[in-house]
Amino acid sequence: MELYELTLHELQQVLDKQEASATEIISSVLGRINKVEDKIQAFITLDEEGAMAQAQQCDARGSFSGLDGIPYGLKDIICSQGMRTTCASRMLENFVPFYDATVAARLKAAGGILVGKLNLDEFAMGSSTEQSAFFPTRNPWDLTRVPGGSSGGSAAAVAAGEIPFALGTDTGGSIRQPASYCGVVGLKPTYGRVSRYGVVAYASSLDQVGVFSREVGDCAQVLNLIAGKDSLDSTSVELEKPDFTSFLRDDIKGLKIAYPREYFQEGIETEIKNTVKQALLKYEELGAIVEEVSLPHSEYALPAYYLVAPAEASANLARFDGVRYGLRDFQAENVIEMFSSTRAEGFGDEVKMRIMLGTYALSSGYYDAYYLKALKVRRLIKNDFDKVFADYDLIVAPTTPTTAFKLGEQVGDPLTLYMNDILTVPVNMAGLPGMSIPCGFLEGLPVGLQLIGRAFDEGTLIRAAYAFEQNTDYHQAKPDIGGDII
Amino acid sequence: MTISFEEVEHVALLARLQLKEKEKEKYAEHMGSILQYVDKLQQLDTEGVEPLDHILPVFNIFREDQVKPAPKREEILANAPLVEAGQYKVPKII
Repeated sequence: MELYELTLHELQQVLDKQEASATEIISSVLGRINKVEDKIQAFITLDEEGAMAQAQQCDARGSFSGLDGIPYGLKDIICSQGMRTTCASRMLENFVPFYDATVAARLKAAGGILVGKLNLDEFAMGSSTEQSAFFPTRNPWDLTRVPGGSSGGSAAAVAAGEIPFALGTDTGGSIRQPASYCGVVGLKPTYGRVSRYGVVAYASSLDQVGVFSREVGDCAQVLNLIAGKDSLDSTSVELEKPDFTSFLRDDIKGLKIAYPREYFQEGIETEIKNTVKQALLKYEELGAIVEEVSLPHSEYALPAYYLVAPAEASANLARFDGVRYGLRDFQAENVIEMFSSTRAEGFGDEVKMRIMLGTYALSSGYYDAYYLKALKVRRLIKNDFDKVFADYDLIVAPTTPTTAFKLGEQVGDPLTLYMNDILTVPVNMAGLPGMSIPCGFLEGLPVGLQLIGRAFDEGTLIRAAYAFEQNTDYHQAKPDIGGDII
Repeated sequence: MTISFEEVEHVALLARLQLKEKEKEKYAEHMGSILQYVDKLQQLDTEGVEPLDHILPVFNIFREDQVKPAPKREEILANAPLVEAGQYKVPKII
């Protein structure tokens, strides 16, 4: 067993027992990255020297607690002081933040070693990581397939053994969908649970930072570190924060689980439905009460999302105008032309498309018909969930309608690509916590099980995810990357 | 639902996006198909439904006005494409 194969909690044990040093761990991880990265292409920026220097400092101190000596990666939309933060966009290709996002600062303060910044769809707009302005990331389970998106680099790096955990962001499924495609654990906390300060905004009422890891326990540990009120994000919530690792107990007897019939309808591959139904049987076997429910407005979540998210994006991305940071067209003769040509050059196709759509939906004469209507539908979607959660502790469903698709397969047709998010978007619309854990394989490709909880009840998600993990072995499967078995 | 060329140009101007002729065609088509899809929402009767602006209860958050360390001007300007005399420099506005 190589060090890079170990999970976060295993690495902590190794350091604690002095079986390996932080330097050895970082060397092993960097060795792994150098070996597979030309195939996976998960990293936009890699800081080998910085990571080694930090590891040496860590070893010099000689005692280890928290994340001391533990490597990790950040989706390249999370600001990292002194390390380029590009959002996978030409617009910010050379942007170096002078401050850390709150989540980055918290991991740093816990002693974690930031190895690099991970690829994404430009400004987190996409479901395949093919919309990165730099290069696509590949799925470790099949290099001809996408890792999902938008946090595809984070999911692929964790699955490929390049890093034990990573942070991503989820606006409509951008953590859960890639976690499902890559066979790892992905948690999107409740809106307001984790600070968004220093995370480049896509759709501010939906965005949330979360965790990728190989095991549920690691996810709980990292959530402990990043969760909590931050005075720099007024939407982060002042709430008593439980110790999320206290939910890691293999006991779900009497837990009331609902599965929504709308998440098992046409459009979802039969084999995916069957795999998820097997998981439901497993939960019954473990003592949970499993019943069918209805979330009647589910089919309206995606169209409402494709008004709300672009509308917010069009406002958020107005800041990229060539004045304070990023690209600038120096040929332009007046300021309006400078804004327009800079933005034309700096943004990719999908980003421009969403800005156009959002601007249209908010423009005079259309606001009521589109944006306001979408907000009303958002209320109906939230009401559906509230009704179910009056009687049940947890909702279980597939994460995605299919397994990972091939690179290039869904380029050029935005609507087909948007359908990937049909099972994850409602959760963001209602601000709820959601998680994807591995629950099987179809023709060698991972299938994800989505768990959805009450607002601020990540604890029940972690408990149910842990119980499933303890009684199955899907999380132990490792991809064979082009002949190299990890 | 179709979007005219003129509408695309108008929205592009509002969004400060310079589009090539080919892009205008593509966006007209793509926006049209997405708007047709989102028109599904019109099937729902939302009479009397309160729009959901914020998923969490929102209220004003007050604090004492205290002087705290702020980022240095040079740090903030370091990422700017063009700076003069400690300020952002832009092309002629009027």
